[in-house]
Amino acid sequence: MTPLLEVRGIDKSFGPVQVLHDVTLHAHAGEVTALVGDNGAGKSTLVKCIGGIHPIDAGEIVFDGKPVQVHGPRDAGELGIEIVYQDLALCDNLDIVQNMFLGRERRSGLVLDEATMEELAQQTLSGLSVRTVKSIRQQVSSLSGGQRQTVAIAKAVLWNSKVVILDEPTAALGVAQTAQVLELVRRLADTGLAVVLISHNMNDVFAVSDRIAALYLGRMAAQVRTADVTHAQVVELITAGRSGDLGLKNGVTP
Amino acid sequence: MSKTTEVTDEALIAAVRQPSIGSSARAYTERVRRGDMGALPAVLGLLVLCTAFAVARPSFVTAINFANLFTQGAAITVIAMGLVFVLLLGEIDLSAGFTSGVCAAVLAVLLTNMGMPWYVGVLAAIVTGTVIGSVLGGLVAKIGIPSFVVTLAAFLAFQGLVLVLVNEGTNISINDPVIKAVAQRNLPPALGWALYAACVAAYALVQLVRARKRASRGLVSDPISLIAARVAALAVLAGAAVYLLNLERSLNPAFASLSGVPVVVPIIVALLVLWTFVLRRTAFGRHLYAVGGNAEAARRAGIAVDRIKVSAFMICSSMAAVGGIIAASRASSVDPNTGGSSVLLYAVGAAVIGGTSLFGGKGRVLDAVLGGAVIAVIDNGMALMQYGASVKYLVTGFVLLLAAGVDALARKRAAAAGLR
Ligand SMILES: Nc1ncnc2c1ncn2[C@@H]1O[C@H](COP(=O)(O)OP(=O)(O)OP(=O)(O)O)[C@@H](O)[C@H]1O
Ligand SMILES: [Mg+2]
Repeated sequence: MTPLLEVRGIDKSFGPVQVLHDVTLHAHAGEVTALVGDNGAGKSTLVKCIGGIHPIDAGEIVFDGKPVQVHGPRDAGELGIEIVYQDLALCDNLDIVQNMFLGRERRSGLVLDEATMEELAQQTLSGLSVRTVKSIRQQVSSLSGGQRQTVAIAKAVLWNSKVVILDEPTAALGVAQTAQVLELVRRLADTGLAVVLISHNMNDVFAVSDRIAALYLGRMAAQVRTADVTHAQVVELITAGRSGDLGLKNGVTP
Repeated sequence: MSKTTEVTDEALIAAVRQPSIGSSARAYTERVRRGDMGALPAVLGLLVLCTAFAVARPSFVTAINFANLFTQGAAITVIAMGLVFVLLLGEIDLSAGFTSGVCAAVLAVLLTNMGMPWYVGVLAAIVTGTVIGSVLGGLVAKIGIPSFVVTLAAFLAFQGLVLVLVNEGTNISINDPVIKAVAQRNLPPALGWALYAACVAAYALVQLVRARKRASRGLVSDPISLIAARVAALAVLAGAAVYLLNLERSLNPAFASLSGVPVVVPIIVALLVLWTFVLRRTAFGRHLYAVGGNAEAARRAGIAVDRIKVSAFMICSSMAAVGGIIAASRASSVDPNTGGSSVLLYAVGAAVIGGTSLFGGKGRVLDAVLGGAVIAVIDNGMALMQYGASVKYLVTGFVLLLAAGVDALARKRAAAAGLR
């Protein structure tokens, strides 16, 4: 089966600092791919490259078997790639509906079609079985951390997307809400989406993922099936870049 | 979250769920308590000031003085309306005052020195404003110079530009009857009432149609009682204003009658409706708020942040041009001081007093009108009290500081309530 989203040989530098070295990652439809790695390994940077926030220095992005150019968030959105960023990227001064449709507002003629947007937002939120948000016309500034996270995820699934990438969606959440988000992640994949989940929590990773990709100092150490590895091996991949036969040789080449 | 916050959450939500006048009022008081005061300071300030001046100087409450307030405050209000767009982004335009001066000078040169018809002059003035705005916006958005610096430089440069246009200090008089009518003539009383009726009816219709549409789709909509209250409030306030403005205010009516709504009033109302529509009902307006609230989030949503910024400066400077035309009309002339001295600070003050935040993301065009009214009342009342320019500057400076302080405190309060 060809992966739905594949990035090959991505290099990315910020000035003199090279953050990503020849990174390859694939995500399959109907699967959760966990992207793991230590703080500063380059996970968020990789995601921002896929989302068109950062231009890439080298490498290519292949979507559904075809090489594509992603020059901005709109390009990614048009392909069906939606990203929930670690730093949530919501506008505090706008309400939930306004945030969910930001940049892609429904219009009738010149005028915003508020009623349709409100209906669609309501449908999406109830489709995610979100009950914690009481009014979708609340300003985002009045929401709790978990509720904001929910809005950010709802925003990503609103668009009939094919790939959803979540950058540490559970980092700020309590136990119950974490379980909810993980359940949601699993459900998204079960409906046929390719989901990439970034997390530092090994229990979460093993609970929901089908594959694990481990980044080590900006290099892809290994991408393996979750069923084929143990907790300890993944931890070794994260901290040392290798574990037995898996991982980088000499800390550089896989 | 503390218990009190949860209670307030409930109050807000109840209002959204089964809206009624009572619950809407409760939701409003909750918002105020949380630091989102909106127009409240401006309205209260207006009441206090008017009462104080009315007590101290009975001449403050004459028909002629009431009409004066509108023509005196018009230019500042229009400039402030434009500034709202720039302030919404968290930017500032310190050159708006002298931009209005430059555009007024362009108008005067074309009309008086070159004998062009009024519409050519007006068009040229507004285009000049738009071009100025695109240059300022370009420098801020594309090159990344802070708007404070760009517009401070422009503030100085435009002062020089006005001098060049009026030949180092001569005063160009404006004799075109159409331009002079803008700030000096009044509508026939019957036309005033007709426009009033049309405005109130249009407002009621828009509100009703929207509520009906939303209700028919099963969405939360404003209750009919709330809409009725709003329409009634508008009808009473605007009706009282039109009535007062239609009173005879000439000292010698047999010689020359003077009554009617000043021509600037419908101009301001039209601009208010236009820009409110743009901000509240179009994608462009939504994107403006988004960029002001969180520019990075806007960028990630695929919004062309640079373009939004440039557009905001273009709107601001174009509105400054309109303000300049009104100022020129009122003075019947343009001189090196047009748009100078306190014009800019009054305009920024008007926007901020009305409730537009200096930190971006929060503000309405209506704020400029409310704040403009406060400024006009202060300016007018102080003159009636025969205080000199010194006291006027001191008081206005204090009021601006007060408004900015209220803005900053409201933000702090909102932060304390966990809203930011
Ligand atoms: N805009 C930027 N400019 C310069 N350096 C950057 C930028 N963004 C990220 N970096 C650097 O790139 C490296 C990788 O950062 P990144 O945010 O991708 O890590 P991460 O794997 O997401 O870490 P975490 O788990 O803490 O979120 C870090 O060393 C960081 O300092
Ligand atoms: Mg990260």
